[in-house]
Amino acid sequence: MTVLLTREAAPARPRWQALVLRPETMTLILLVAALFGASALSPFFADVGYILDSFTLSAEFAMVALVLTMVIIAGEIDLSPASNMALSACLFAYAQEAGVPMPVAILIGLGSGILMGALNGFMVIALQLPSIIVTIGTLILYRGVAQVIAGDKSIRVPEWFIGINKVLLFGIPSTVVMFLLLSVALGLVLGITVYGRQIYLIGTNEIAAQHAGIRTKRIKMSLFLAMGLASSIAGLLTASRLGSVRYDLGLGGELQMILMAMLGGTYIFGGRGTILGTFLAAWLLVVVATGMTVANLLPAVQLTVLGVLLIFSIIATNAIYSRTQR
Amino acid sequence: MNTLGGLLLRREAGIFVMIVLFCLAVGLYKPQFLSLNSLRIILLLTPLIMIGAMGQMFVLVARHVDLSIGSMLGLSAMLTGMMFKFAPDIWWPLGFILAIGTGILLGLFNGFLVVFFRLPAIIVTLGTLNLYRGLTYIVSDAKQIDRQFVPSALKGMSNTSPIFGIPWIIFMSLGIALLAYVFARHTTVGRQIFALGSNPVAAPLRGINVTQVTLLVFALSGALAGLAGIMYASRWGFVNPSNTGAGFEFQVIAAVVIGGVSINGGSGSVLGVVLGVLLLGCVSAALPLLGIPGTSQNAIYGAVILLALLIDRTVRQQGLKQLTARAAA
Repeated sequence: MTVLLTREAAPARPRWQALVLRPETMTLILLVAALFGASALSPFFADVGYILDSFTLSAEFAMVALVLTMVIIAGEIDLSPASNMALSACLFAYAQEAGVPMPVAILIGLGSGILMGALNGFMVIALQLPSIIVTIGTLILYRGVAQVIAGDKSIRVPEWFIGINKVLLFGIPSTVVMFLLLSVALGLVLGITVYGRQIYLIGTNEIAAQHAGIRTKRIKMSLFLAMGLASSIAGLLTASRLGSVRYDLGLGGELQMILMAMLGGTYIFGGRGTILGTFLAAWLLVVVATGMTVANLLPAVQLTVLGVLLIFSIIATNAIYSRTQR
Repeated sequence: MNTLGGLLLRREAGIFVMIVLFCLAVGLYKPQFLSLNSLRIILLLTPLIMIGAMGQMFVLVARHVDLSIGSMLGLSAMLTGMMFKFAPDIWWPLGFILAIGTGILLGLFNGFLVVFFRLPAIIVTLGTLNLYRGLTYIVSDAKQIDRQFVPSALKGMSNTSPIFGIPWIIFMSLGIALLAYVFARHTTVGRQIFALGSNPVAAPLRGINVTQVTLLVFALSGALAGLAGIMYASRWGFVNPSNTGAGFEFQVIAAVVIGGVSINGGSGSVLGVVLGVLLLGCVSAALPLLGIPGTSQNAIYGAVILLALLIDRTVRQQGLKQLTARAAA
């Protein structure tokens, strides 16, 4: 004879509490606080134009961070995007300097980015190697190859290609518009499509996802390819903003990208996180970084602050998620 | 046990064969590569990487990774250099205590975050990589410690020799490797690190104090990075807030994985790591001879890491095959 033990389900958390306890809410609160703090520091911050202008400096990283968020939700990580940006921009610049027609050079840049993403994906998915170590390896490799190609000199790009960040669409810098559009698009993909929900399931429990008939390998590969494409687009946009390409383009960008994802409440062990969080965190980071520049902090001090922010954001996110764990 | 020992032996023999083949290939093309002088160059390239690699080996064996060693090296070297600058009359070996002590503290901070907040080491050390580098700028006010402030006795360790014209720092790094070997193979704690790495779930059930062991591997990594810091000051005679130790983590990780330390934790040997360091040293020494510009060094490190990952995977799969074959027999 079996005794059926029934247990009452825990009462549902009140809706307001569930909302307040979301990490994105924390990011929003921090963003508002940072805005108030910064405008107390400098009247410039009351000006939307100034903030938009500052955002163009990080818009490329922010776009990649959106895709990186999806990669982390799927339970993987990619540390190589900033190096990918440098190498695809170098290949593009080298090709156009060698006389390749501009559209072909752009295709070379984008294609190489996708190839680099494919190499990451191949090693992680087909060869079953941990993405952490693989992408540390490619982080060094891609920038190393860029260094071989460009050496120590900088490669100029044509005059008309320069300054995409100065082009205004509806009064907003075009790279910021791209970031906004990409945020909406990826937010919808992740939030309401089957593909998006499958990404969450893979990150929560990959084996269960496989048993549920989800093509986990194919989806992860698509994410690494998207990562490569986004990085190369970001690389070309950075080349356009700077007007020339060096091998150290976007150096250290992986810190900022991961910081944006972590500050936005993406769970480092996968399965949780939103595009909205990363979107808010990107603005938060820009306000903090610009605030530090306005306050005349040395770049070194800013580096320290970013490092501390990364550690704090991941501790806070983990704490919030462990509280809401059933 | 026998097959496992055979596997490890094969692994290290493989690295050794690679070193020999590489040197012969370069030697055929440029005969001057096979000379005592280039052996000296190779050996002088390796001590810092060797010391850093011993720490990183234990971290990787325990299934973590430490990306912050370059910045820990930089900060310890900077603090030591500043001590020499502002207290020139101080007994110079105190520098070792300061550098290693700083390294231990920084490493413990990494370990503390990893253990008590259950955070992945890769993100923690990516954060502290930048944090410690920033601190180095702040304490030094972005100023370099110039040659005249580094005690000549300390610099002497890199250019004076007790025997055969081999400088002191090479003996020191070999001594550290020997200590690491004894620690890894013949102490309880050393074995516990391997046990923790090969099965983190079973380790606490066997009575291993996971907290202590994890803190220890990070402290060890920090201590050795600190030691490498003061040896940097000895070898190069200056400490620069931005250059000193930058990219050190990549060289070290490359040396450790090419030395056969498994990225999945639990396996690796000091002999393998020593050979891995030597192989990297040979490659770095051969580049200028072959007319390959120094700018290609990073590309080679990256390629070496990926190559080592592939080898690691093949070896692991062969090991699994052998195990299943034995189980079937």
